[in-house]
Amino acid sequence: MDNKIKLEFSSLPDNVALARLVIAALAAQMEFTLSDVEELKVAVSEAVSNCIIHGYDNRPDGLIVLEAWKSLDRIKVSVTDQGKGIEDIGKAMEPAFSTKPERMGLGFVFMQSFMDDLEVDSKLGQGTMVTLTKKIDSSQAQLRTSHN
Amino acid sequence: MGLEKKYDRDTLVIKVTGELDLVVADEFRRVVDPELERRQVKNLVINLNGVSFIDSSGLGVILGRYKKLLQTGGKIWIAEPRPPVRKILELSGFPRIMPFFDSEKQALEAVREA
Repeated sequence: MDNKIKLEFSSLPDNVALARLVIAALAAQMEFTLSDVEELKVAVSEAVSNCIIHGYDNRPDGLIVLEAWKSLDRIKVSVTDQGKGIEDIGKAMEPAFSTKPERMGLGFVFMQSFMDDLEVDSKLGQGTMVTLTKKIDSSQAQLRTSHN
Repeated sequence: MGLEKKYDRDTLVIKVTGELDLVVADEFRRVVDPELERRQVKNLVINLNGVSFIDSSGLGVILGRYKKLLQTGGKIWIAEPRPPVRKILELSGFPRIMPFFDSEKQALEAVREA
């Protein structure tokens, strides 16, 4: 059954775990494998961490909106901030590129590798919206159904 | 979430429990960095047995400590990573720069023999 959730929370590091657990709980209602759910958790964690670290420069008073849509064959998750925006999206998505020391520059790499689709919409001074889509691997889902 | 520290001769052993994300990465830095500086630690064994999740914040803090130790000729040894965590570490190329061991005991033996 289709389902939609929307959650708004402060740009606090503690809320990174909250966001990924909410999405993992929603994904657990679907035919995803455990490995799919783990990948989804990493992608959401990266998207929300980016809002905190980059969008709001670690300020705790920003707001992050997490929305997710579940349908029969996919989950779509959007993570939106009203932070400073990304100057050069192409550069931000390059592996190992980061504007901060001690950051791996792997956030977008993980989002790209673990999801079927990644969209980044950003406006300088207005904020960023990252949309992640993960589809259910139908061969895996059928396999599990036939075992049940 | 928790960080336990102990010493085996001049090797610092850190056992991490919980999810190694932005929150725990900061805590890791706060606990480990003073030890590395004060005790002039050469080798750091990180036991990841209790870690159920890692993202790029967790990877960043490990890599940051790796770079610090490299300056003094030290090394990081990874012990007991569970499969989901091991997968992320492998995807990020960590085994190319730091050895992985199935047990903390094996890691400490390798440190002593190095």
